[in-house]
Amino acid sequence: MKRIGIDVGSTTVKVVALDEDGALLYKAYDRHLARAKEKTLAMLEDARASVGGGAAVLAAVTGSAGMGVSRTSALPFVQEVFATRLAVDRWIPDADTVVELGGEDAKILFLTGGAEQRMNGSCAGGTGAFIDQMATLLDVSVPELDELSLNAQTTYRIASRCGVFAKSDLQPLLNQGARKEDVARSIHQAMVDQTIAGLAQGRAIAGKVVFLGGPLTFQRGLRARFVETLGLDEPFAVFPENGLYYPAMGAALYAERSGPIAFDALVSKLRDARETQALDDRLPPLFASPDEYESFRARHALADVPRRELAGYAGDAYLGIDAGSTTTKLVLIAPEGDVLYEFYSPNAGSPVEAARGQLEKIYSIGGDGLRIRGGASTGYGEDLIKAAFSLDAGLVETVAHARAARHFCPDVDYIIDIGGQDIKCFTIRGGAVDGVLLNEACSSGCGSFLETFAKAMGRDIARFARLGLFAEHPVDLGSRCTVFMNSSVKQAQKDGASIEDISAGLSISVVKNALFKVIRANDPDDLGRHIVAQGGTFLNDAVLRAFELTLGREVVRPALAGLMGAYGAALAARDLGLARSAILNRAALAAFEHNVRTTRCGLCGNNCALTVSTFAGGRRYVAGNGCERPATGKERNTLPNLTRWKYETLRSMAASAKAPKGSIGIPMALNMFENLPFWTAFFSELGYGVTLSEPSSRALYQRGQHTIPSDTVCYPAKLTHGHIESLLEKHAGEPLAAIFYPCMPYNFEERCGDNHYNCPVVAYYPELLKANIPSLSDAAAAKGFPPFLTPYLNPDNERAFASRARRFFGQALSADRAAVTRAAKAAYASYRAWKNAVLAEGRKAIAFARETGRKMIVFAGRPYHVDPEIHHGVDALLGALGLVVLTEDAILEAPVRQDVSVLNQWTYQSRLYNAAARVAEEPDMELVQLVSFGCGIDAITTDETRAMMERKGRLYTQIKIDEITNLGAVKIRLRSLLAAMEERARKTAPRDQLRASHAS
Amino acid sequence: MQADTGASRNAREAEPPEERVVFTKAMKGTHTILFPQMLPIHFALFQRCFEQEGYKVELLTETAPRVARAGLSHVHNDICYPAILVIGQMIDALQSGRYDLDRTALMITQTGGGCRASNYIHLLRKGLKRAGFGRIPVVSLNLAGLERNPGFKLSLSLASKLVYAIVYGDLMMCLANQVRPYERERGAADRTTARWVDILQESFKTGRGFRKGVIRGNMDGIVRSFGEIPVEGPPKTRVGVVGEIYIKYAPLGNNNLEEFLLREGTEPVVPGLLDFVIFKCDNRVEDARLYGTRRLTGLVARILKGFIRGWQDRMIEAIKRSRFRPPKPFASTKALVKDYLGYGNKMGEGWLLTGEMLELIESGAPNIICTQPFGCLPNHIAGKGMIRAIRNRNPSANIVAIDYDAGATRVNQENRIKLMLAAAERA
Repeated sequence: MKRIGIDVGSTTVKVVALDEDGALLYKAYDRHLARAKEKTLAMLEDARASVGGGAAVLAAVTGSAGMGVSRTSALPFVQEVFATRLAVDRWIPDADTVVELGGEDAKILFLTGGAEQRMNGSCAGGTGAFIDQMATLLDVSVPELDELSLNAQTTYRIASRCGVFAKSDLQPLLNQGARKEDVARSIHQAMVDQTIAGLAQGRAIAGKVVFLGGPLTFQRGLRARFVETLGLDEPFAVFPENGLYYPAMGAALYAERSGPIAFDALVSKLRDARETQALDDRLPPLFASPDEYESFRARHALADVPRRELAGYAGDAYLGIDAGSTTTKLVLIAPEGDVLYEFYSPNAGSPVEAARGQLEKIYSIGGDGLRIRGGASTGYGEDLIKAAFSLDAGLVETVAHARAARHFCPDVDYIIDIGGQDIKCFTIRGGAVDGVLLNEACSSGCGSFLETFAKAMGRDIARFARLGLFAEHPVDLGSRCTVFMNSSVKQAQKDGASIEDISAGLSISVVKNALFKVIRANDPDDLGRHIVAQGGTFLNDAVLRAFELTLGREVVRPALAGLMGAYGAALAARDLGLARSAILNRAALAAFEHNVRTTRCGLCGNNCALTVSTFAGGRRYVAGNGCERPATGKERNTLPNLTRWKYETLRSMAASAKAPKGSIGIPMALNMFENLPFWTAFFSELGYGVTLSEPSSRALYQRGQHTIPSDTVCYPAKLTHGHIESLLEKHAGEPLAAIFYPCMPYNFEERCGDNHYNCPVVAYYPELLKANIPSLSDAAAAKGFPPFLTPYLNPDNERAFASRARRFFGQALSADRAAVTRAAKAAYASYRAWKNAVLAEGRKAIAFARETGRKMIVFAGRPYHVDPEIHHGVDALLGALGLVVLTEDAILEAPVRQDVSVLNQWTYQSRLYNAAARVAEEPDMELVQLVSFGCGIDAITTDETRAMMERKGRLYTQIKIDEITNLGAVKIRLRSLLAAMEERARKTAPRDQLRASHAS
Repeated sequence: MQADTGASRNAREAEPPEERVVFTKAMKGTHTILFPQMLPIHFALFQRCFEQEGYKVELLTETAPRVARAGLSHVHNDICYPAILVIGQMIDALQSGRYDLDRTALMITQTGGGCRASNYIHLLRKGLKRAGFGRIPVVSLNLAGLERNPGFKLSLSLASKLVYAIVYGDLMMCLANQVRPYERERGAADRTTARWVDILQESFKTGRGFRKGVIRGNMDGIVRSFGEIPVEGPPKTRVGVVGEIYIKYAPLGNNNLEEFLLREGTEPVVPGLLDFVIFKCDNRVEDARLYGTRRLTGLVARILKGFIRGWQDRMIEAIKRSRFRPPKPFASTKALVKDYLGYGNKMGEGWLLTGEMLELIESGAPNIICTQPFGCLPNHIAGKGMIRAIRNRNPSANIVAIDYDAGATRVNQENRIKLMLAAAERA
């Protein structure tokens, strides 16, 4: 009997028919654009000729969206990984490993040596949807992306864990002018890395490897990356002819277990399948009637700005360019603010090119009467554009936006801007930016996110968003990141939601994401009374309406909503009051040249990859560096920096001479950044030296990446895997007596909280390492690997610690009881000395700052946040901005139990509250809280710390960090903070003078 | 990377922390205490226990999507999913208009320990304040003496009733899970459970209900009743469900996982609550042993642990006298963990989570779903972190880790579970 296999995936449908011997009679593949049923039926009709309408067949369904089809049509279902396995067993019986990448799933099957199947978790990219997203970002089609990748010269490192992270890495590269070819190849490499690290998790992808699925069938570049990275020789890398169809073919094989059905009956069964609509999970419509929509439109039409014809214009003009993350915006204004020329377009990854074209156009339309008297740039590409066209000023984008918003709404006290990549919110006090709030890397699916979905549904974004205006039952899609949103949409489609309902649902979730996740407001008064909503995304009436409805308040949307940064820059250029602008004139522009070269910085050990742009006339712009040195040629900043001081002092601490009994390896990670002085003294007293793992780096992380079992744990924890690898390598050179990494649920008792715990990850991570790194197992110790010592130790009571240590080290290292007692004493002494040294250094830095009149930033986080690979050089950025950097523990002269409204039971967090309390009392200090992505504890502490600061009328700044290193974004945030600090200082200064004069 | 330099966000939140609203003695007579559902059988019994001690208690069972929505708009979105659900369920109830807000209180459990869960009550209070319910008293139900309320006392009588309720609850859950997939008449196991909840309530009313003999008799009666339910069909694949306590048990948290497993033609195996309670006592015993501190607490915990273990043993004995499969005693689960984790691993479910997986494998149910809220801190280690080691030593182990979250979809979760089931079928 003939067999039919139907594979309904997240983005495509595949149908195959096999004859009695398993030969392929029919195959078809297409994207279903959310119309899976129609597409499947069309394919079956198409297959009728090869199968025969009256013939009895066996049929089964597979695929992630096939589950729903199976349920409603009562056809047998087989899980797709299982189906793939059936097919591989049949057609490639000698395969060892199968890698299958699909639309939204990635799978790996180990067939030999302990069969095992794995699928990507719920937070993972590296799939077809990831390529789609990236292609959108590059503004190329998916096949074009592949074509580009084949001509690459270099590979950049791009975060591979999830599409949103990868975007954050890509955007700056594109903005800095990196070649698209190289970026394309880097995208493929990221997918390979994700498969190896995220899916295989330590199991070698070896033997005969079969590659299946759409991306691996169509993307030649991706295939090449896999083959090269895995080091596979020709016969061992198999790309089978019908690699797309394996799950469908497997489903056809599985169908043998079901009963026969006439082909026509099969078709009608599918046709008649009714998806039940679950309407209770729906939201109210955006507009009840067309009239309501009309009055909404009329109200917003009021916030307009006059336009004037550029052609024939004679007079002064001011130019503003906003080189945003995905788009370039440009506005030319007349002195009174009227718009002469405006431009808004995706920059297709070439912001310089986009701006050059527009400037040329302005010159040619404007003619000889046009006199540009000022030009300013803002946005991610601020520096690049300023250098390229020799503009007069660069503005922090927050300042540019505030300037423009004030033009439309002089009383504005809150601005929310939803752009392509960012959600930005600013509070305005007294006309200046007072507070800035930006979205997390993980939820940054904003404008470009709507756009990607629109494309996936085969529509452009404006039309797609319009569809939702009158949707009757918008779908509730939640308020999460893009990866989750994809699955929510998938689920909604399965439930039979219309494209209109999905469109409205997406608009609503963009708004909810902004309000609940970024701003976390539940009351319009949390924002302000005069709210300006701007950014390209708000040009969609559906999003704007959803915002007003959710907030329950009317807002102002300027007609230039998408151009506010550029408009603000133009206004600022006007405010400069220059006699003439330095901007490239028409002739200079004609000779414009832009060359991009990639190189490595040699100024320090980091060897950052640099993108050097050179322009005609010798102007130069250097990007990609972790610091200012290659760009400015300046010497290393010498302002006091406690973060750096702590790190360097700790690292030099273990460089002691050879010890009689050998050396103990210690991974320099997590709580070792605090406890190292304790253990160094302890082991030294016992006659051991200490060997530290090498300094953290991205490369070190990648060396240990394959043994990380939970990809949602924080980056500082993930790094420990690399540190262990480093110690094992050192052991291979010069044997270590042991690797020591204790489990410490309790921390030192500082009497500042309800308890003194460490977080669960810090407390127990050694046990996870032992369970996941084969060389650390007890069995490995017998094979020449160093013993891995992970005792439970509690430092909160010196005597109890000594007694427990005597027992443990007496056994593990045959240490003498008296020696351990002495060692414990030395350890506590050394720990206390270290804490005092940090305080002393802090006092010195504070004194220096006060003598020289500098502001201080307290860089508040955990001890391990002093690791440069974890904070990514943010401290250096602060230094470059002229600030003295302190750490939370360097200012805790007399910590007390703070009155907080949460359970204050973790030692590191108690310090944070204390630091906040002190900073709030010191006018020349500001607090920047560092938060590692995935830190569950900080979901509690951040709100609390913020409340502590705000109660005292102080600023609160949070920087969330992960493995990605997008310093550009952080720089914008820090410069905004600086601008807010200066503004506040300006405002309080006259009052102080007044007070002084009264006193005299 | 993210940053926010935000001033003036939430005026109310920026006020200094106020005095906690206490549940007074007078309130005991006037207020209805709302309590979120977690384990249907156990909590139905708990409710009766509270009522007999003179409290008016109502279980919150609302599961509509607006529950999660209420949670998301009043709690930090990066906090664990159970907190979002439980707090959302409470705020949703207060907003429903069904309760007189001057006569309503809330109750939430607090385990105490290094996990974020100890903070739920504080997050609840913050959420209440933001939602405008700041004056509603919140009662903490805990064994650690964390917060005191004059109107609510975990008296010896109430505490022992609750312990017996857990024993009965575990017993009925264990039996119902073994009957439900095979019952000839749908709902028979649930009806038997409901009948026994009523009988047990009666038995609690008088002191008689606490006599050892009476409890033993009840246990035998329960085993007999479930044994009499007509069943049919060949044995089905047994699928173990372990994980973070709320997600593992509460249908609201795990998208009705048990129902899904039944529909897929499997027999769900869910470890009982007694192990968790004994585990929490054991932690204090272990702390004293490991660090040589807090010895007195350790001693008290040891006595309590012995008492509860005694009842677990008796329950197991009762099941052993029937055709049903009994759970393993706490000590044997604990012994299994020895080569994987230290007994100091106590935050959240700690080593017990690993132990439950090992126990399932040992007892012939190697197909396991390890559930956790997205980003659950202790489960990074004791859940996902141990799977590789478990598999290395138990090749038959077939474990899938599933994250639950307001944004995670059922399609993705079910697809991964189906992969695990397909592998089970093949084995």
